[in-house]
Amino acid sequence: MSFINYASREINCKIVYYGPGLCGKTTNLQFVYQKTAPDAKGKMISLATETERTLFFDFLPLSLGEIRGFKTRFHLYTVPGQVFYDASRKLILKGVDGVVFVADSQEERIDANIESLENLRINLKEQGYDLDKLPYIIQYNKRDLPGAMSVEELRRELNPTNVPEFEACATTGEGVFETLKAVAKLILVDLKKGK
Amino acid sequence: MSNPTLVMYDEEFQEVNEVIGRLLKEANAKVIFLVDKNGQLISGVGETERFDTTSLASLTAGNIAATGGLAKLIGEKEFSILFHEGEKDNLHISIVGGRVILVVLFDNRSSLGLVRLRVKKSSEELSAIFEKLMTKSVEREKRGASDFPFAEITDDDIDNLFS
Repeated sequence: MSFINYASREINCKIVYYGPGLCGKTTNLQFVYQKTAPDAKGKMISLATETERTLFFDFLPLSLGEIRGFKTRFHLYTVPGQVFYDASRKLILKGVDGVVFVADSQEERIDANIESLENLRINLKEQGYDLDKLPYIIQYNKRDLPGAMSVEELRRELNPTNVPEFEACATTGEGVFETLKAVAKLILVDLKKGK
Repeated sequence: MSNPTLVMYDEEFQEVNEVIGRLLKEANAKVIFLVDKNGQLISGVGETERFDTTSLASLTAGNIAATGGLAKLIGEKEFSILFHEGEKDNLHISIVGGRVILVVLFDNRSSLGLVRLRVKKSSEELSAIFEKLMTKSVEREKRGASDFPFAEITDDDIDNLFS
C-alpha cells in the first residue's frame, strides 16, 4: 500500500524481499546499500541474531528521484527466511507494494524454495493480497555456485506464471540492481493504472 | 486490495501538524511523529532533525506489528499503548484511530502521566482528521477521480528514474 503525500509531494512504496533461509535477501540489500550514493539512501537497519541471521527484518530506504514533481521513495524490506519465523514474516508483508522472491539456485535448496514460495502465497492471502496481482519478480540467486540448477529447471519449478525473472549473484552484485529496477518499475506502472 | 492507499492532502496535513504541534507544547515533549502502520512517516514536529526519522518510523511500525501479534496470541485485539523507558529519554507509542501510530519522545522535563493525558485528547482530534481523509478518498474513488498524480506519467518518466 503506497503512501501519497500531496503536502510534501512524496510517494512512498514498500518492496519486500522474500525467500528461504540463506538465499541472499540481506545480501541483496547490502549490495544496494553499498552501491547507492549517500544522498539517495538512508541508514540500513538489520535486526539480526548474533550469528547474523535475520531475526525480524532488514530495512533500507531509497529515494530514486522525482517524477512530475513527486519524490519517489522505496522502502526495501527483507523477511527472516528461516521456517520458524513465520509470524514475523506475515507482519512484514503488511502494506507491501511489490515482492521480490529470491530463490537459491542450488539443487539441494529447491525444496526450500518451493516451500517458501508456497508460504509467500499463503501469507499474502491472509493479508488479502493475491501474488498474481501484485508487482512480483523472481531472482535466481547464487548462479556462480557449482551446484546451481539450470534456469529452465528453476523456471519450471518456481515460475509457472512467467513473471519477470533475473539471474543473480548477490555477493558480487550481479543482477541485484536489475531486479530492483524491474520491481520498482512494475510498482510505478501499477500506480499509473490508478489501482 | 486489503488496504486502500493512504493519501494525504495539504489541508489535512496542516490540521495534523497543528494538533501534534500543540501536543508537543502541552506535553512538554522533544519530538512527536506520526507513522502509518506500514512504516511510512506521515509527519513530525519538534527536534526532528536530530533523529533518523525514517528508521524510527520503520522500527516503530515493526514494534507495533510485533506487539500486535503478541496481543492476538493472548486473545487481545491489539495493545494500543506502548511505553519504553530509557535513562534519559522515553518513548510513548499509541495507536490512533486503529490506523496510524503516534510517537511521543520525552525526557524528565515531562512525565508519563502528563504525556498520557495529553495524548488521549490529541488522539481524538487526530482520529477525526484521519476519518475525514478516509471518507474523502472513498468519495473521490466513487466519483472516479484518481488520487494518483501518476495517471499521466509515461514509460519514459519511469525509465528516467533509473538512468
